[in-house]
Amino acid sequence: MSDMSDKRVVVLGAGPGGYPAAFHAAEYGMQVTLVDPAISPGGVCLYRGCIPSKTLLHIARVLFESREVAEWGVTFAEPQIDLDKLRAWKDRVVSRLTGGLGSQSRRRQVNSIQGRGRFLNAQTIVVEKPDGSQEQVEFDHAIVATGSQPAVVPGFPVGSPRVMDSTGALLLSDIPKTLLVVGGGYIGLELGTVYAALGSKVTVVEMAKSLLAGVDRDLAEPLERRLKEVFEEILVETRVAQMEVKDDGMHVKLIGLDLPNPERVFDKVLVAVGRKPNSKDLSLENTGVKVNAKGFIETDPQRRTAEPTIFAIGDVAGEPMLAHKATHEARVAVDAIAGKPTVFEPQAIPAVVFTDPEIAWTGLTETQALNQNVSHVVARFPWIASGRATTLGRNEGLTKLVLDPHTERILGVGIVGVGAGEMIAEGTLALEMGARAGDLTATIHAHPTMSETVMEAAEVFHGKSAHIYTPKQDRR
Amino acid sequence: MATAFKLPELGEGIKSADVVSVMVKPGDVIKKDQGVIEIESEKASAKVPSPVAGKVAEVRVKEGDKIKPGQVIITVEEGVTAAAATPKQTAPAKAAESKKQAPVAPEPPKAALAISAASDRTPVFASPSVRQFAREIGVNIRTVPGSGPAGRISMEDVKSHARSLAAGQVAASAPPAARPAATPLPDFTKVGEVTREPMNAVRRATAAHMARCWAEIPHVTIFDRADITAAEELRKQYKTKAKAGGGKLTITAILLKVAAVALKTFPRVNASVDMAKQETILKRYYHIGCAVDTPRGLVVPVIRDADKKSILQIAAELAQLSEKARAGKLGLNDMQGGTFTITNLGGLGTTYFTPIVNAPEVAILGVGRATMESSYAEGMCRPRLMLPLSLSFDHRVVDGADGARFLHWIVDAMEKPLLLAMEG
Repeated sequence: MSDMSDKRVVVLGAGPGGYPAAFHAAEYGMQVTLVDPAISPGGVCLYRGCIPSKTLLHIARVLFESREVAEWGVTFAEPQIDLDKLRAWKDRVVSRLTGGLGSQSRRRQVNSIQGRGRFLNAQTIVVEKPDGSQEQVEFDHAIVATGSQPAVVPGFPVGSPRVMDSTGALLLSDIPKTLLVVGGGYIGLELGTVYAALGSKVTVVEMAKSLLAGVDRDLAEPLERRLKEVFEEILVETRVAQMEVKDDGMHVKLIGLDLPNPERVFDKVLVAVGRKPNSKDLSLENTGVKVNAKGFIETDPQRRTAEPTIFAIGDVAGEPMLAHKATHEARVAVDAIAGKPTVFEPQAIPAVVFTDPEIAWTGLTETQALNQNVSHVVARFPWIASGRATTLGRNEGLTKLVLDPHTERILGVGIVGVGAGEMIAEGTLALEMGARAGDLTATIHAHPTMSETVMEAAEVFHGKSAHIYTPKQDRR
Repeated sequence: MATAFKLPELGEGIKSADVVSVMVKPGDVIKKDQGVIEIESEKASAKVPSPVAGKVAEVRVKEGDKIKPGQVIITVEEGVTAAAATPKQTAPAKAAESKKQAPVAPEPPKAALAISAASDRTPVFASPSVRQFAREIGVNIRTVPGSGPAGRISMEDVKSHARSLAAGQVAASAPPAARPAATPLPDFTKVGEVTREPMNAVRRATAAHMARCWAEIPHVTIFDRADITAAEELRKQYKTKAKAGGGKLTITAILLKVAAVALKTFPRVNASVDMAKQETILKRYYHIGCAVDTPRGLVVPVIRDADKKSILQIAAELAQLSEKARAGKLGLNDMQGGTFTITNLGGLGTTYFTPIVNAPEVAILGVGRATMESSYAEGMCRPRLMLPLSLSFDHRVVDGADGARFLHWIVDAMEKPLLLAMEG
């Protein structure tokens, strides 16, 4: 490898885009400075997003399962929830992971500066440190990985302790008796599930016609059925017209079709209406970086911005706003800085909704195939025919493949069911490797596992599944 | 629930029809019997009316499609009338829907779209490591024909495509229509036993490229011979020195250097023709290709900046490139950018021949086998080693006299090695 020790790289933001970028650049031998407001790397994902929410969702699942087994003759006493202890466990998970990254960072001789960075020009940033002092850092290349934050709804009383965003919800300060979740996207449903498991009566309002807008309906439906039992109420095509803080709670006025009692009172409200990129407050106007109307930094396929010395990755560089997309982009951007012929062109970016059941998809969804007029066939394997799903009493799942009818290539995989988030990896690998239906049927899958449903969905395509009878699909 | 509207039977004997135009788009509210598409079959053209009223959910055909009876044309949400289809109060909800969709839907990122914009949406049929390899050697993976099942692209496919590109087949990715029209062949099996073997990538590339060069370039070939008796003495003297440097001091190696200096002296031979702009492009660099016969076919590695290298350096580099060529390991870079070519058939006993100019270059030097001949000079006959040389050139830029002067300069330089030092 050629000597890169004279390349000075500054990374702004130490989330799942920023810290891999810093570490990867350090592996090349570059001089790396990592700037983040937190003392250890981690970003939203580790501190206020993926990791704490999954810690709590695991608790939620244990709680639900302990109740469900009553049907099979096993009864537990009502669970006692020690909220302080639970919160401490969640914080331990977070600090263990972020602390681990901190020591990784030191071992790789990354110069970490705590503070907020902004650009003075295309070669210099200034970092405002927590003690009020400033430090200037010059760079040959900068990587902006400042992520995103919860979007706010204008007019909502955001200052009130009764109104939370996802960050506030994960603090777990108390368990409200009643909770209104505004937004039926994945964040609202995941956190709503946590609070419902802990005992809150949860109401979800969603403006669109259904929860999880954009997700294939046959994948969303099994989740919707289950959530109807877990949540107090799910109100679609409904929106919040007014919200007022009073002593006895949040007084909310809803607007929806045929809503019997539009005025309601909740102990707390969780606002989860999406996220917006953190591209302000970086003084990008001092550089040639271009930001689009939605606030995303525009980049080329190597993640280089309009300012040649500056790259942008992760949520701030565009959708999908997913941690693993950021991590992959980190590699691309650093390789580009190292002069490698690299480009961001994944065949598929998996997406997972960590509800119960989980929903996961990768590559082309059936909805996209229809909208984009892509010639395709869909092979479905319902989990009613899965032995492993039956042992869990969770037959509501579905595994489906979107295939090219001519080449038999896998174009997309969608799964709903317990463990879908783990299973989707096989689908993404299949897409990246250019697998065909026959490759999946010819790959031995362990029995009894849910992963067999991927193989069997491919067998359905060929009309040869052992566990479900379907005539061979019409290829036209 | 949407109803699928299929193409009805078109009448006896009609198995398919072409879609001439599509008259609706998703979201349109249509009436019963409203025309949906216009089709054309062998017998007639007609509008196809919708059997139901409602909102068009999706359109599954496009202009130019060949469709069959029974194939779904559109799907229609029944019961949606023009009035109900556009309620005003859903507009803000829709805006919010798209906003909220943002974090969930894995839309392909913009950059990825930009890359694939030129081609269709189909993902590339190759694994990530194969795609990366293609990037590294500068090959557009979307132009590589895959040899695997259903056209899957392997590492070997990328390599052989790179080789064919390097051999100059510019039209590699052009549709079959762009290939030179083939004259119909008689049925040889009526005459006797034959076998057919498929052309490999190098053969295909050579065939297409040579046909194009031959068709486009008005060729002139001239012949001369050089007395290399003295040069041969020198070659023998320095042979061991070249060997120590890892090279083989051959007449070709010496000619490479001589040609580079000759090209500097005659810039019009180191050129390309731009017929579109009616310009001659003179090149200020001297990269000389050397044709190498390999088990896979003919390849032409290029010695870059031959004018700046010593004959010993050239000898070493040529030995390396020839070795790489025979092992099939030449990269695209090894074969691109030539400004002139030398082809030596002397090893096979040939004397004079008419090489084909390797476009976009404008000249090529053919080298034959040197033979001892009796030469009459200064009143006596002496044995001299004579090297047959054939120069083909593109008459669009190089006239006969220019070509003759160029070749004569080379002959001179071979006979008087000092000339190189004096004028080069």
